[in-house]
Amino acid sequence: MATKEQFVDTFVELIRRASAELPPDVVAALEQGRDQEATESLARQALVTILDNVELAKAKSAPICQDTGTPVAWVSYPEGTSTRLLKQAMHEAVREATAKSYLRPNAVDTLTGRNTGDGSGRAIPFLHFEEWDEPRVEVRLILKGGGCENVGVQYKLPDSGLQAGRDLEGVRRVVLDAVVQAQGKGCAPGVLGVCIGGDRVSGFSESKCQLLRPLSDTHPVPELAAMEERLLKEANELGIGPMGFGGQTTVLGVKIGVLDRLPASYFVTISYMCWADRRAAVSLDEEGAATWLN
Amino acid sequence: MAELSLPVDERTVRELKVGDGVELTGRMITGRDAAHKWLLEDYREEVAPYLEGTVIYHCGPVVRQLDDGTYEFVAAGPTTSIREEPYQADVIEKYGLRGVIGKGGMGLQTLAGLEKSGALYLHAVGGAAQVLAQAVRKVERVFMLEEFGVPEALWVIDVVRFPVMVTMDARGGSLHTEVEKSSKAQFERLLATTA
Repeated sequence: MATKEQFVDTFVELIRRASAELPPDVVAALEQGRDQEATESLARQALVTILDNVELAKAKSAPICQDTGTPVAWVSYPEGTSTRLLKQAMHEAVREATAKSYLRPNAVDTLTGRNTGDGSGRAIPFLHFEEWDEPRVEVRLILKGGGCENVGVQYKLPDSGLQAGRDLEGVRRVVLDAVVQAQGKGCAPGVLGVCIGGDRVSGFSESKCQLLRPLSDTHPVPELAAMEERLLKEANELGIGPMGFGGQTTVLGVKIGVLDRLPASYFVTISYMCWADRRAAVSLDEEGAATWLN
Repeated sequence: MAELSLPVDERTVRELKVGDGVELTGRMITGRDAAHKWLLEDYREEVAPYLEGTVIYHCGPVVRQLDDGTYEFVAAGPTTSIREEPYQADVIEKYGLRGVIGKGGMGLQTLAGLEKSGALYLHAVGGAAQVLAQAVRKVERVFMLEEFGVPEALWVIDVVRFPVMVTMDARGGSLHTEVEKSSKAQFERLLATTA
């Protein structure tokens, strides 16, 4: 098994990559957005600045955004691996990454208002563990910014105000409402992670997990694939645009997951990810050698 | 793009309008949630000269301390401004600010304050932390670092050609109100078609 030191070193590099290097599919979607906006428009200027920024961050190995977010990781591990050790290693990695300025000291004691100073705190980073049959440890990380987290929302269907019933048409209505409510505040153009069903906790967990899917990934269920495509198109017809300046580039992707629900509940949960859609993934084999994943 | 030197006078500020691109050069100060509350609790004499005639930047930077004890901005994009809505108009008036830099826009109370005091809401590109940090030439000093921590402290910075866009002006204009209105109308149209 990999040593704790190997885990820490790999996780620090994982955090650096997520913070400084935007995934290629996200960069391509931003470029496509830039090219479709009118010359001289505020929307185009914003996207040009965003793309300059992405390039600069990568070259300097520095955070794309100063809000380096909550590190949220999904960890798959083989039988016999200590999840306590993995958790300790991730906390240590967050502290080291903060000392190296890959992350901002981003954890605040809610009662005293004091910053913990080292980036780590209660439920920061936030980790999901799942045992699997593979012999390796795989970690998929997102850095979830605070501005976009603030515009995330959970609807309870039916919603009479939006005339949203317990069906896919109801889902469509509340998702579009979430985009309208967010305006530019979640740092549009964003990516929407959606969960239909589940409870108030599992709904948000799954909606965030959807953000791990590459933008090009299509849903295996045809109705949901069609809904993802339709919501992307319609969200971009709202005219909110980058930063809420107006324009055609409001959303870069919509990813929908489904969980079972209780008869009494029908939640639709939306996690909004800013244009700085920071994700990175790594696999560690039994000797601790790292393979970087897309 | 218009160039603006800080500190700036009221007349210049009142001439600018929604949609104008502006590059700022000179001294400004950062301040976000804790700072706004603190600035209103009392008159902060020691900070006041760094606020008058200039702009406050809603930003919680990543900062590196160099070996000689000075600071350098590593990443410095804007944070969401609407959280300062209860305080902003009063902070502008009390300290003679000529503007606010942030993202996402602000509400009617701030808009009225901009018109009354002669100030602007300047939108920086959210998340563009590297482009904006590059425009920070020097960190002059910092207030309340111990008490508030790095993101919430008030950093006095010297910037050069710092790019922003006027999205709320001193004549009652707001791009955010316009976009919100048109997007809601389009939303209603989309909801009317279910097929």
